Amino acid sequence: MEKRDTGQIHRRRNSSLWTAPAALLVFLIIWQGIVWLGDYPAFILPSPIETATAFARVLRDGALWRHTLVTLSEVLSGLILGVASATALGYFLAKNKYLERLLAPCIVASQSVPVVAIAPLLIIWFGAGHLSKVLICTLIVFFPMLVNTIVGIRSVDENLHELMRSLRASRWQTFKMLEVPAALPVLLGGLKVSVTLSVIGAVVGEFVGANQGLGFLINQARGLFNTPLVFVAIFTLVFIALALYGLVSLLETRLLRWRG
Amino acid sequence: MCIVGPSGCGKTTLLRLLAGLISPDQGEVRLNGQLLREPCSDIGLVFQKANLMPWRSVFDNILLPLQVQNTPKVQANERVEQALTMVGLSDFAAAYPRELSGGMQQRVALARALVHEPRILLLDEPFGALDALARERLNLELLQLWRASRKTVVMVTHNIQEAVFLADRVLVLSQRPGQVTAAIPINLPRPRELSLVYDNNFSALAYQVRQAIQ
Repeated sequence: MEKRDTGQIHRRRNSSLWTAPAALLVFLIIWQGIVWLGDYPAFILPSPIETATAFARVLRDGALWRHTLVTLSEVLSGLILGVASATALGYFLAKNKYLERLLAPCIVASQSVPVVAIAPLLIIWFGAGHLSKVLICTLIVFFPMLVNTIVGIRSVDENLHELMRSLRASRWQTFKMLEVPAALPVLLGGLKVSVTLSVIGAVVGEFVGANQGLGFLINQARGLFNTPLVFVAIFTLVFIALALYGLVSLLETRLLRWRG
Repeated sequence: MCIVGPSGCGKTTLLRLLAGLISPDQGEVRLNGQLLREPCSDIGLVFQKANLMPWRSVFDNILLPLQVQNTPKVQANERVEQALTMVGLSDFAAAYPRELSGGMQQRVALARALVHEPRILLLDEPFGALDALARERLNLELLQLWRASRKTVVMVTHNIQEAVFLADRVLVLSQRPGQVTAAIPINLPRPRELSLVYDNNFSALAYQVRQAIQ
């Protein structure tokens, strides 16, 4: 009985290991098939092989690394800044109803303006360099993280708060031993959304005004009708988003082991 | 001592007053002659629900009161081990609350209330959510714990049998206004066994308590 059970778990793990590469393979075959059937030129729809060739070229001359590192550093800086400021403000809003009633309308209103619309302003104010992109990422990450922090802190069991009070726990102890661990699942959910949004933020910023980064690379390659290079940049962005998302998922399974 | 009364008569409120979680509108609560204004570390509290932290293992849940009091680590671990043995859960130290049955969770809560060695134990319908058999067993265990430590135990319950079985004194509270309408001494011999429940004296006392509740 036990042996059969472990066998089943094994099989399930194996199948999840196979599904991702299999899906990728199917995707490549369909892609190649469309290129063959439509007989499209490379500047409209490059084949997987043409894309791979472009990939190898920019990988060799170092351009891809350079642009990827720029975008990645913008994404991460913005993420850290946005998450830090949103969780700090969110904690105080969750604790203070009056403050929330005062600030919530302003925060929601700011969300009705798309980041794409504000991006040009930020470029004008903070230049076409690193800083403006970091700020765009910060802005785009801020709102979901803020909402999740408020929801997370508010959802802490009132009975557990009472327990901490009966134990005469200090505010700091309650924060450390109750509020942070209790809100962590919701916070990590917010972080998952935020990492992908931050990638979008960086690309939007680079589209509007930049001289490096993957968004800039896409813009430049498009101008030269170098569609294979556009594809390479897009796939790199997808890879960054997937890797960051996977990292947060990994963090989740490590930190939330108690949920089983 | 047990407190019984119809639901909504303020049993839990009374216990929360005793625990110092809320302060009275009128009058005062005194503990050994000292005015009680806020929770006191000499009190262990068990709630209606086990109220465990789901992200902490059984061991860490019981450790919580000692962590809050900044007890040195070695000493704290030792006391947690003792508390675990006391409630018979030594084998489950590393388990998470969701892996335990309701009765086991409540036992963890009991261990957590006892781990910082309070002189007074306040129990708010601690076994109300359990099935009859689990409740019986935990009642017996509670009597055993009491015999070993001789703490003052104040327990709120709506189960008359449980009250008579455990207590030296049963206070009956009336509904709106919540007043103590009777204090019935329970002079049954100790140590008490489960068979006591079928004793005539027991039934008479249980009936007396029931009569006191309107």
